[in-house]
Amino acid sequence: MDMVNIKINGMPLSVPKGSTVLEAARLAGIKIPTLCYLKEINEIGACRICMVEVKGARSLVTACVYPVNEGMEVFTNTPKVLEARRINLELVLSTHRKDCLSCVRSGNCELLQLCREYGVEDLHRFDGEMNEYELDTSAAHMVRDNSKCILCRRCAAVCAKNQGVGVIGPNERGFKTEIGCAFEEDLGKTTCVACGQCITVCPTGALYEKDATDKVRAAIADPEKVVLVQTAPSVRATLGECFGLPIGTDVEGKMVAALRRLGFDKVFDTDLAADFTIVEEANELVERVQNGGVLPMITSCSPGWVKYCEHYFPEMLPHLSSCKSPQQMFGALAKTWYAEKNGIDPKKIVSVSVMPCTAKKFELARNDQKAAGVPDVDISLTTRELARMIQRAGLDFVNLPDEDFDDPMGESTGAAVIFGATGGVMEAALRTAVETITGEELKTVEFTEVRGTEGIKEATYNVGGLEVNVAVASGTANAKKVLEMVKSGEKNYTFIEVMCCPGGCVNGGGQPQQPASVRNFVDLKALRAKALYDNDANKPVRKSHENPSLKKIYEEYFDGKPGSHKAHEVLHTTYVARNRF
Amino acid sequence: MKSLAELQALRDQMKANMGVRHDDTDNIRVVVGMATCGIAAGARPVLQAFTEEVSKRNLQNVTVAQTGCIGICQYEPVVEVYVPGKEKVTYVKMTADKVAKVVSDHLVNGNPVGEYTIGSMAK
Amino acid sequence: MYRSHVLVCGGTGCTSSGSAHIVEALETEIKKAGLENEVKVIKTGCFGLCALGPIMIIYPEGAFYSRVTPEDIPEVVAEHLVKGRIVTRLLYDETVHKDEILSLGETQFYKKQHRVALKNCGVIDPENINEYIAYDGYQALGKVLTEMTPADVIQLVKDSGLRGRGGAGFPTGLKWSFAAASENDQKYVCCNADEGDPGAFMDRSVLEGDPHVVIEAMAIAGYAIGANQGYIYVRAEYPIAVKRLQIAIGQAREAGLLGENILGTGFNFNLDLRLGAGAFVCGEETALMTSIEGHRGEPRPRPPFPAVKGLFGKPSVLNNVETYANIPQIILKGADWFRSMGTEKSPGTKVFALGGKIHNTGLVEVPMGTTLREIIEEIGGGIPNGKKFKAAQTGGPSGGCIPASHMDIKIDYDNLLEIGSMMGSGGMIVMDEDTCMVDIAKFFLEFTVDESCGKCVPCRIGTKRLYEILDRITKGKGEMEDIQRLKDLSKFIKENSLCGLGQTAPNPVLSTLHFFEDEYIAHIKDKTCPAGVCKDLLHYSIIAEKCKGCTLCARACPAGAISGELKNPHKIDPHKCVKCGACMEKCRFGAIVKK
Repeated sequence: MDMVNIKINGMPLSVPKGSTVLEAARLAGIKIPTLCYLKEINEIGACRICMVEVKGARSLVTACVYPVNEGMEVFTNTPKVLEARRINLELVLSTHRKDCLSCVRSGNCELLQLCREYGVEDLHRFDGEMNEYELDTSAAHMVRDNSKCILCRRCAAVCAKNQGVGVIGPNERGFKTEIGCAFEEDLGKTTCVACGQCITVCPTGALYEKDATDKVRAAIADPEKVVLVQTAPSVRATLGECFGLPIGTDVEGKMVAALRRLGFDKVFDTDLAADFTIVEEANELVERVQNGGVLPMITSCSPGWVKYCEHYFPEMLPHLSSCKSPQQMFGALAKTWYAEKNGIDPKKIVSVSVMPCTAKKFELARNDQKAAGVPDVDISLTTRELARMIQRAGLDFVNLPDEDFDDPMGESTGAAVIFGATGGVMEAALRTAVETITGEELKTVEFTEVRGTEGIKEATYNVGGLEVNVAVASGTANAKKVLEMVKSGEKNYTFIEVMCCPGGCVNGGGQPQQPASVRNFVDLKALRAKALYDNDANKPVRKSHENPSLKKIYEEYFDGKPGSHKAHEVLHTTYVARNRF
Repeated sequence: MKSLAELQALRDQMKANMGVRHDDTDNIRVVVGMATCGIAAGARPVLQAFTEEVSKRNLQNVTVAQTGCIGICQYEPVVEVYVPGKEKVTYVKMTADKVAKVVSDHLVNGNPVGEYTIGSMAK
Repeated sequence: MYRSHVLVCGGTGCTSSGSAHIVEALETEIKKAGLENEVKVIKTGCFGLCALGPIMIIYPEGAFYSRVTPEDIPEVVAEHLVKGRIVTRLLYDETVHKDEILSLGETQFYKKQHRVALKNCGVIDPENINEYIAYDGYQALGKVLTEMTPADVIQLVKDSGLRGRGGAGFPTGLKWSFAAASENDQKYVCCNADEGDPGAFMDRSVLEGDPHVVIEAMAIAGYAIGANQGYIYVRAEYPIAVKRLQIAIGQAREAGLLGENILGTGFNFNLDLRLGAGAFVCGEETALMTSIEGHRGEPRPRPPFPAVKGLFGKPSVLNNVETYANIPQIILKGADWFRSMGTEKSPGTKVFALGGKIHNTGLVEVPMGTTLREIIEEIGGGIPNGKKFKAAQTGGPSGGCIPASHMDIKIDYDNLLEIGSMMGSGGMIVMDEDTCMVDIAKFFLEFTVDESCGKCVPCRIGTKRLYEILDRITKGKGEMEDIQRLKDLSKFIKENSLCGLGQTAPNPVLSTLHFFEDEYIAHIKDKTCPAGVCKDLLHYSIIAEKCKGCTLCARACPAGAISGELKNPHKIDPHKCVKCGACMEKCRFGAIVKK
């Protein structure tokens, strides 16, 4: 690798050519603050907090995007630099609604952290006119509060670049600039896919999910209600981050213990429903292949993706698997099979889910999601909301014992656990489909070609003499690329997995917020996914169709086989074309 | 246009049309008396003839202008020719027919047409 | 062949004072007189003397008529065009000298001017490519394509020392050489015609008066750097310029001077217009390119510089209109000719838009190094109403004020920078003793606040806070700490902003603070505005001894703030007074004073 020699704060250093000053400084053990910068996503040099002095330069330069060159001398902590950062923060504060005590981001606000680091003492030094904003509460899943927005545009960048949606961006200009939708439209009336990626990258409390924890607490307190909770595969891989555990720590046991202590009547696992999804979906795929159905078939477990498809590719809806998402399958099973078996009136069941996702809040209110005549799922919480509940309940999460899910809906396989990472659904489906088609047991269950955090992955497998081309996309911008290749005939796939969020659910919009200082230097997606693959490797049962609870439920309730009439009533759904504009 | 030569040819042709806009003191000035008396005596066809002839011959150093009454109304149409560095020559009782000769002899070759000048007429 | 050419100014200034009606009237009258084959009427671009519009010149006499009305036309046709008798009463008075009629070039306004960029403005018909060709148009392109290598062209432009006329004065040849050195199969040439400085309109005048010069120069630049596509980014608020550019591009295409295989040399160059919506920031090169790409017009961080990664991510060159207007002549006449004008570090001429408290407002083109005094006192004709010169503001919202003590400054890029102003695009606003410098700083800041794109913190919030402090001071609510606050904030904004807009936005504040700090202090400490401009610090009062009690003032007051008996001295209630000054205008006895 070509190296260049530079000096940072007088210290000689050799760094790879093409590095930015920010990256070079990190190699020297120096942290330069950033606010707007997100590597490869938002490199706009707008916040001006990372300014450093470069010998010979006319003014300060932005470390985040300024490339190093031979002989460069950088100074990162001169009085001039520190004063510039402080004035910058003071100016930002002069437009920021500073109700930090009651802010949802109190404790992990990037702005607050920087103010502390750079010695902002006078919150009101540059007080002046402030813009007036109204909360945008129009979307099902989130709230936008521009009074806390610092216009770093990280939200707009992920929305446009990663998701290919671009429904939010700067409106007006100058001091009146605000992030909003085109024509000041309400977010809920746009093609927003509810993925929540914007929330996960927001440095302040300007974007947050609609909190439903009070509703959950009320349900738990109601003696009339039976409150069941399900947790999505990826939540166990991330919840620990909210309690100071290293990224990628699997906290399944502590999570179950915490949920039990919060007072849920039953602590179940979405993974069981994920196994159902695989069995139903694999069956659907085999049927489509054998009966000349619409191919390629595309997964439907990611509600953000489904909404994206409905808005942007309504003509492709017949390609979507008719399977409900695991969250909805779980809710449906809970209020039909489980309710009947235990003699509980479905109306008395409060079905709660803990999801890595904000689109799930939108999904639970979709049409055709009421297997028992009442909503399959009543309340969907994000990982972050669960963490808040645990904190408020005073649970010492890190020191909780590891406990197991309740029977019978807590039983799952390794195939279900890996749903949370991009390629996981594909791998799980392949484990089942290959055995179904060939009738032989797989020697190795790992399909490593579809693992990894790349946005688009492709593989070809020979399944019982049949050539199967598969594709895996995460991030709807990547999904768009794949769909366009399908539409143009450039690619001929049999089966496509699409996850709305880049990297899959481990990086979902409901996951813990990591500051840019972490995101820019750590592969969050890979670290979190590793926890899931390790969990899978340690499971005694690793193929969905071998899940004992699942087999039992099929026997008892679904005529002993996937794709039955009853299964369609409970576990499948329909889609609608939505407007693009 | 397919070549620089074509462009240059067009420029030269166009330049002639623009001559009127030059306040160039090195130019030969042809001044036609266009007061009421001059016009009544037929100065307009003379003026037109000069403009046409100068343009036809592409004389870029000649300015054709008009002026008011010179004060010798009995001799109208009067035309004065100023060649830089030389005495003014005054042609009188000009007609359009006489113009070609003035242009070729005087303006081009520098020999005033004596027979049309005020000197010979006054005799 | 026409014996007479009537040139009517069709620039924006004269168009708005009614020159289109003049043209109509001329055409009607000329037809009536049967002169349509003898006299040609041409609509030109701007002559520069906009204050005197509508303007008209009749050749070959070169008679310069000003403030012409359609009612004057029958007389002009009957007298001048038919009888050759110049209509003296309509002549620009400067051209009438002791019964002798001077040519325009001999007048005060034009004498010291040296027209290079404006060479053809007011001289040719901008809608007729043949007239441009007649004045050596496209010869430079021809020469470049047939006799010079791209490297020769760049060397010649480098040797000429031409610097960007858009503001910062970056050497044009150097800029071209960077883009030429970037290897890529696609490069672009762009023209910044998004003139946005308040009061500056030289680029518009070139586009309206001589659109082909920009087209020719861009093709030359394209040849030099290896680009086959150009974009002219012109503001939509310049409809005449847009129309003439469209016509010019169409004519150049038809003549084979744009498009494929130009002049048979195998060189291809195409040109398209992009209309800007009038955002000031889109004059910044990266914002302009972002806007051409179809995005919100906002600057991007540099590096990468446009010469490496510009429009659509390709190597690009961007120059402004006036810069391009110099190129063909440099090619034809050489670097030495160009260097024979101006100063060593700033060769050539510069066009200034002269405005404010000055006799001759309009466009003037002078060699670099001309003193401010020459421009204001000689060309501009001095300050009207016997008032005293206080300062000149150059560089628009990015520039600063030059006080009377620096009137002999030789104007070029470096000298202006040295005293805290800048060339900018060449706006020059003259201020007399009645101008409040705090108010002027506030005026420019208000503009920047309005025009900030809102991308970076220092400009978005910093300029707003700067404005608010100035506003406070002009309202008598300032405190002495505000002066330091202004300085600190200005320094921060200059050093930390993303683009030139923010980096220069504090200049009006810093330069007025530097030269006129006492005025700031008077506003803050004494709560007075020495120039008598800042309303909140003004107090109107009636001198009882002078007041005759005529009641005129009381009747004129819109706020009912004046009371008093007939024939007895009146009084102004300061709490009701809205400080409009109506009373003072009405008083016939000089009994009302403002302080």
